[in-house]
Amino acid sequence: MSAPLTILGSGHAGITLARDLRKLAPDLPLRLITREDGHYYYKPDLSKAFAAGKDADGLIKNPLEQLVDQLKAEVLVRKDVTAIDPAAHAVQVDGQWLPYSKLVLATGADVIRLPIAGDAATEVLSVNDREDYARFRGLLQPGARVLIIGAGLIGCEFANDLAAGGYAVRVVDIAGWPLNRLLPEAQGRALQDGLGKLGVTWQLGTSVASLDRVGGAIEARFSDDSRATVDVVLSAVGLRPRIRLAAEAGIACKAGIVVDDHLQTSAPDVYALGDCIEVNGRLLPYILPIANASRALAATLAGTPTKARFPAMPVIVKTPACPTLVNPPPPVAGSWEVTGTAPDLEAVYKDEAGKPLGFALTGAATSKRGQYVPLMPAIHEPA
Amino acid sequence: MRKWRCLICDFEYDEAKGLPDEGIAPGTRWEDIPDSWTCPDCGASKADFDMVPA
Repeated sequence: MSAPLTILGSGHAGITLARDLRKLAPDLPLRLITREDGHYYYKPDLSKAFAAGKDADGLIKNPLEQLVDQLKAEVLVRKDVTAIDPAAHAVQVDGQWLPYSKLVLATGADVIRLPIAGDAATEVLSVNDREDYARFRGLLQPGARVLIIGAGLIGCEFANDLAAGGYAVRVVDIAGWPLNRLLPEAQGRALQDGLGKLGVTWQLGTSVASLDRVGGAIEARFSDDSRATVDVVLSAVGLRPRIRLAAEAGIACKAGIVVDDHLQTSAPDVYALGDCIEVNGRLLPYILPIANASRALAATLAGTPTKARFPAMPVIVKTPACPTLVNPPPPVAGSWEVTGTAPDLEAVYKDEAGKPLGFALTGAATSKRGQYVPLMPAIHEPA
Repeated sequence: MRKWRCLICDFEYDEAKGLPDEGIAPGTRWEDIPDSWTCPDCGASKADFDMVPA
């Protein structure tokens, strides 16, 4: 048998690519290698599973056996790839070198963890995959007090999901308003109010100084000297692309793995897709950009070189307490213009020449998405 | 009127409601949506949708 096309990672990027590839190349030998158990789930469901009444097993959309059958692929589960040898076209697993024809890095991103003092700091959880979710859910007694560190996308989504599920949620962030890196203040406040009405307590403009176990609970002390007693602490302060494997193999990386318009890395026959890459100097840790990129990469891998387009793609924040949608602007000097009455606000980010570069909608204004998307520049349009 | 569900993310297209904010009028049949249309939530293609059993 010839060496298989090999995909590292069974997250949304890896599986979407395998599916797209199968539509174009039904007989191509295909191997997936994953650290997880291989059951397919949709990662964004992790932060809305309580409302959907789903436990970790309930999130599985395709059990491994079904996935193997659909993809006609060899799937190696619970395996860590320890090295890549681009010159030899092989990856190392359990000390053995497995050859590949072409390699796709879909290794995703790791959660960032902030250093925190105290003897309960080691008990802080993050939810970045289904197994994390199982552990988190297993610790939550009915009505538990949950401290969420980070009022970004994932922190706000979990706050909404857990508060709606009857948990006492407190969110702490050094920023002045939720989603402060994506939304202007007025919209951040609308989101803050919406979640507040659901019972979420906000602790903004401060950070966690220490976490200590006191009997059956955890005492959190904040940088403003206030305190809170909680049962579970969830950290959601951001993601960092997993680049170590690529970097150690001599593949060019910056914040993420560097790819060209065909999603090829600096190594021949090695490609990358999803949260582990950077595009035009930007990280795109969102679902929507993967779909277009995957279709292009599948075509390239099937023999028709196709450049990946990254059109403007709004990100849906899953906070039903205040529906929110944002097309993040690039890191260019400019300012937000906000119109409407809270919580139904429309905001457009314009550069200094007045050109619209991003937009954000909250409340009922989210229905106007179709009016704004055509005004937005692409994230990256290949030459 | 029928509903179609995305196999990837569970987004539902309801023919009765259409998707007015994307310019798809209420009552638009599934087969009349262009093949280039993609799932607003996850970007999957039309081929990744299945009809919801009535």
